[in-house]
Parts: sequence; C-alpha cells; structure tokens
Amino acid sequence: MERRGAAPDRVYFDYAGFAPVDPRVLAVMRPFLEAGIGNPSAPHSLGFEARDSLEAARAKVARLVGGAAPGVIFTSGATEANNLAIRGVAQRSGDKARHVVTSAIEHISVLNACRDLEKTGGTVSVLPVDSEGRIDPETLRKALRPETVLVSIGAACGEIGTMQPLGDIARITRAAGVPLHADAVGALGRAPFAGESVGLDLVTVSSNDLYGPPGAGALWVRQGVKLVPQILGGGQEGGYRSGTENLPALVGFGVAAELIRTEAGHGEPARLEALRERLADGLAASIPYCRLTGSRTARLPHHASFVLRGAKADGVLLDLDLSGVTASSGSACAQRTGTPSHVLRAIGCAPEEMEGSLCFTLGRWSTLAEVDAVLERLPPIVARLRALGLPDPR
Amino acid sequence: MATEPKVFIPDKHIDCIGLFCPMPIVKTREAIHAMGDGQILAMLSDDPASDADMQTWCQIAGQELLEVSREGGVYRFLVRKIR
Repeated sequence: MERRGAAPDRVYFDYAGFAPVDPRVLAVMRPFLEAGIGNPSAPHSLGFEARDSLEAARAKVARLVGGAAPGVIFTSGATEANNLAIRGVAQRSGDKARHVVTSAIEHISVLNACRDLEKTGGTVSVLPVDSEGRIDPETLRKALRPETVLVSIGAACGEIGTMQPLGDIARITRAAGVPLHADAVGALGRAPFAGESVGLDLVTVSSNDLYGPPGAGALWVRQGVKLVPQILGGGQEGGYRSGTENLPALVGFGVAAELIRTEAGHGEPARLEALRERLADGLAASIPYCRLTGSRTARLPHHASFVLRGAKADGVLLDLDLSGVTASSGSACAQRTGTPSHVLRAIGCAPEEMEGSLCFTLGRWSTLAEVDAVLERLPPIVARLRALGLPDPR
Repeated sequence: MATEPKVFIPDKHIDCIGLFCPMPIVKTREAIHAMGDGQILAMLSDDPASDADMQTWCQIAGQELLEVSREGGVYRFLVRKIR
C-alpha cells in the first residue's frame, strides 16, 4: 500500500500520538466535504442522504465495538467520550455521595473527569496496579460500595501497552449491578473485543486511533444505561450530544472502523506483534540498562515502551528525530510539566528510570526495515548521551 | 521559647481554580520562570491531584515549596524560586 503521512521518508513510530489517515478513508470523505451532503438533520434529499450515511457509519463503529448500533453516540474524540461516560453516568445517579472506581494508570481525561466529581462531594477509589500495570480484579471487587455508580477501566494503557482482564472485571461489575466503562483506544481493532457480550456498558472509541480522521470519536452505550448529556443544543445524537454531526469525519471514522476490523481478521495484529517483538528483543540486547515497561504477554501488539537508565528521554528523542526516527516518551502531560508520568509512578519505576521513558507505537505502514533502522540508530545515541558525564546508569 | 510563625508575602499570585493536571503545574512553571530568584509565588488550585503534583514538581524542579494550606476544596501553595 502507498505510504502516507507528512514525512514519508521518516521512520514513523508514533501511531498512538497521531495515525496517518488511510487513503481509502480520505477518498470516502472527500464527497462529503465537496458535494453539499453535510447535515443529517436537513429536511431535503441531501439531508436524507447525509442521515443514511451517518447511520451506516454508526453501524460500522458498533460492529467494531461488538454492540448494538443505536448505542453509538458520536463525539469529537475519545476525551469527550470519556467525559460523557464518567460525568454523564455519575450525574444521572443524582446522589451527591456517588462513588466511582478507576485505576492509577488511566488516561488523563478519565482521571480528571473523576477528580471533578470529587469537587462536588463524590468520592473516587483509584485502584493500584502491579509492576506490569495489571489491575487485580479482587482488589476491584473489594473497592465496590453500595453507592458506587460507575467503574471506569481502560482496556489497555496507552503509555505501557498493558491490557486489562476486562472479562474478569466485567463479571464482577455485572454481579454487583454497577455499570462498567472501558476506554478502548488502542485495543479496538488490535485485540479481540466483544463489548456487549463481554459485559461492558460503555466503550470509548477514537477515530484517529483506527487511521480515521482526527476530531471524531464515539461513546458506545448499552441499552438501558442512562446518561446526562454534557453538550446541550438541538438534540442530535439522541439528545446525548448536541451539535450538527461532523459528517465527513464520521463517515471516514466508519470506514476506518470497518477497515481495521477486516484487517484484524487477516493477521495484521500478528504482523505488528512480530515487528514489535523484534524491536523489543533487539533493543534489550543492544542497550544496557534498557527494559520493557508493561506486560510482555498481555500487551497491545503494536506497542513497545521502555525505560532507560542514565539518559533522559527528551535528549534521546531529539537525537532520534535528527536521525530521521519519530517516537515519543508516551506521556504528553509529563513532557509538558517535567514531572514523572503518573503511569510510571504507579508501576513503581525507579526515579532514575522515569526520565528515560521511550514509547514506540507501530502501525499499518510500519515495516521491518523501519524496525531495523531504529535498532541501528538508537544504541549509539543512547551510548553517546550516557557518555556525556551523566551518572553511571547502575 | 515559641518561635513566631513565618509570614510569607507573595510577589506574584496565579489562580488555577477550575483547571486540572497538568495545567496548574504548567502555569506554575511559566510563572516561576518569569520571576527572580528568591521571589515567592502563590498558586491557588482546586484540582484534588495538585497537592501531590506540586510536591513532586517542586522536588524535581529544585524549587522550594514553603507552604501548603487548604480552605474548603481550594489549595494555596507558596513556592520560592531557587533557580
């Protein structure tokens, strides 16, 4: 397939930060920007066509989630979907003493929405994780209270790639009658996912994570789960998310969901995992004091994250960038504040490791040659930075 | 002999009420950057995570956290610029 992206000559390993939009998705979107088929609520033939296209996109996203199509509420992205899930369910409960359970390694949009509840009299239990970032379902069971209104656990951690035992967690929340929300960004289309049958009640989806356009996402909600809308207006999206739908993006989102679902059935996750394993093994063998963070086995197939001793991530990433390789440290927040990421703190990383966090996320256009380029370029960069008078990594 | 409680007079105030992590730290960092050594910044925040975040940030950034107080849901941090 034709290589896409702003810089096709670069080695690009930041798919979780931004995924290039698939050219097949772009081709489907274009007429929706150029031909007046724009507003699904408009009372004319182009409006009817828009509505049909919107509903087709909804069905495709629902298929990827493994849930009923009417449950899909389109949003501007995963952050908005996480806010709608947490604030929407909690506010609906009416009880000011509402209690929510989440984990210490959730996305910041989940953690901040939970902290906001604390400001208005609610309480939040933040579950610890083990050194690989896994939640113990028994700990979760013990955290549930009569006033618990929601459990929100990410299907996989974007920073360290660890996947959670969602099936075990869902059995506990179902038995307790508490709705379970999963931010499934990263996991959808890359790991087996059956939202409705596994017992999930709310699922967050991101379009760009699936090689769809940015600025689109969805919250899937099981029938019967009630929400308070967070954006008020003309009652689009069943009244749960007002504002004229971003039809070109949502049509693209639908196609992206369908493409990744089909691709998953044709071995793409296994291909990505093989590339990831080569990268992880190669770096562990060629760089001393470099270790994989997160679980090796319960892990997103396209995700490799490491901590290095004796070299700072920002220096390594800058040198990698100059050598033509795009990667990330895994946490935009930590990068902006200069403090260690909440995820690395939660898995008990040593302070001297936290500054050397690297994250490589692979995708549809990743190749063996790209992996080998990183294996060739990264070790001398780390060796050079370590030699610049920083303390001995031991 | 009882020592007099120290009263710190801030040179600058910033209000981060309503903002969440990472913004209180981002704004504190910006404000401290623009101040002179030895000057004191007062920062207000109602983010429940800001206490732990400020302790960690001050330690890492090498700034002195002089005082943390809380009134209702609002924290008040006093930070002295060291470097």
